[in-house]
Amino acid sequence: MDSKIQYQYSPDNLIKSEPNKYDLDNLKSDELVINLGPQHPSTHGVLRLEVLTDNEIIKEVIPHLGYLHRCFEKHAESLPYNQIIPYVDRMDYVAAMNSEHAYAMGVERMLGIEDQIPKRVEYIRVLVAELNRLASHFVAIGTYAMDIGAFTPFFWMMRDREHIQRLLEWASGARMLYNYIWVGGLFYDLPVGFEDRCTEFINYLKPKLKELETVVTDNKIFIDRTANVGVLQLGLAINYGITGPMLRASGLKFDLRKVDGYSVYPELDFDIPIGEGKMGTVGDCWDRTYVRVLEVHESVKIIEQCLEKLKKVHKRDKEFDPQALVPKKIRPKAQDLYVRAENPKGELGFFFRADGKSDIPFRCKARSCCFVNLSVINELAKGGMIADLVAILGSIDIVLGEVDR
Amino acid sequence: MSFDEIKSIITNQFGDIIISEDEKATPKAIEIAAESLFKTMTCLYEHDQLYFDMLSCITGLDNGPEAGSMEVIYNLYSIPFDHHLMVKVNLDRKEPQIDSVSSIWKTADWLEREVFDMYGIAFNNHPDLRRILLPNDWEGYPLRKDYKHQDLYHGITVAHEDSLKKEEKGEA
Repeated sequence: MDSKIQYQYSPDNLIKSEPNKYDLDNLKSDELVINLGPQHPSTHGVLRLEVLTDNEIIKEVIPHLGYLHRCFEKHAESLPYNQIIPYVDRMDYVAAMNSEHAYAMGVERMLGIEDQIPKRVEYIRVLVAELNRLASHFVAIGTYAMDIGAFTPFFWMMRDREHIQRLLEWASGARMLYNYIWVGGLFYDLPVGFEDRCTEFINYLKPKLKELETVVTDNKIFIDRTANVGVLQLGLAINYGITGPMLRASGLKFDLRKVDGYSVYPELDFDIPIGEGKMGTVGDCWDRTYVRVLEVHESVKIIEQCLEKLKKVHKRDKEFDPQALVPKKIRPKAQDLYVRAENPKGELGFFFRADGKSDIPFRCKARSCCFVNLSVINELAKGGMIADLVAILGSIDIVLGEVDR
Repeated sequence: MSFDEIKSIITNQFGDIIISEDEKATPKAIEIAAESLFKTMTCLYEHDQLYFDMLSCITGLDNGPEAGSMEVIYNLYSIPFDHHLMVKVNLDRKEPQIDSVSSIWKTADWLEREVFDMYGIAFNNHPDLRRILLPNDWEGYPLRKDYKHQDLYHGITVAHEDSLKKEEKGEA
């Protein structure tokens, strides 16, 4: 066998492939360029930030992306609709159920079978999606607390997230990348006894959520690190296309689950928490975390209602086949369609163009919420201290799998 | 506001600017010429009855060398009025270029960079048009239909091992 090492080293390879915006020779006397990442734990993945500083004040932050680019859109142009779902999982890998839900909904809308999906399937979809939303928010809050120096919440969050992942593994066979929600239905019905175990988990979780507030959002050190830091004004947020908890923390009651009312969300009772600036200014890092904490409570409410419905109204039935409506061949009519849904991190959108002749999309574009939310980081960090940059970045809650796709 | 009302506001303002409309699309779409994009988008943003304050998505699209055209598709949404609109622009495939809307919506900055990165569509007046996801010295625009990847990148074989094996056997 000949050597497997192929890389040809040349000293300017890195400069050629991802050049800095600022040239070190042309800086002013107090300016300094600091490179943060791509391998740095506080960047939550492989994100590189080029930071131009003046003493301790940040003058500009330039993100360099693409270290985790896996050509989702190119792959999607050569795969049938149903085979794209595993790739969709791998975009936002801490909230795969929610992405699957959005994708399946889009394809069903193109096929015109959206209204025929059985209620039980829809309730199971919402149940697993909300469980996954809990898991995603746990990761967001836990890692964020760790970013700014609190270690315990991370372990507590990961412990509770593990319960959710076990539940979802029981249902789908995988811990994180499920391929559970299919176009037109589900992979399987819920396993026997799932509803009871899930209720048990919720009863276990509820008192724990109180601890979460005590140890994170009411913590004096946490408040000092996050209140009045990285304030995002509402007007700027909308102009930057920010969605999800970040937009709500800036004070707008905007949640696609309510606005669009997709799936069975109109039948469920839940509130939309918004940032009120309790500890500082509306739209600061503390508000963003607090909105996530409150959303966890709302998700628990939704899960309880779903379980109630699944146990009493849309009951388990031997004859029930969650794959009954799954089309053998997915071939939508020629059309363009943009579908959007509320992911834990914001609005996940898919743009499809179907040509009507094949079961492969002509174009499938993913509008990633993390990608768009990250674009505002320069506005948030500009004029602040270097030490706050990590606090700001963590509060945006990005997953690099979705930023780079 | 219904699609027809949105259309009539645009035609009242600029005359026959809408080249075609697509009622089958979700949300319903209008097609305009590249030259009139910027003024139409400004109107869509500033008009008090339209007020599309959120630019959700910019999609690039290549119709292939036979059709000889590329498209840029904008998905707009108005938060206060809760109405949607899709705006399509057809471009020539040889030298695709279009005005940037990043002075209207700041979110367009990165979304346009991504379209540039994948399709090589140039956005005029864009503040910082660089590649965003791919390395700066990558050759070609990968989402074009006739894209062929380079053989080597910094000495690394770009093709996947399996496809190389197939090529050796003469299957590909």
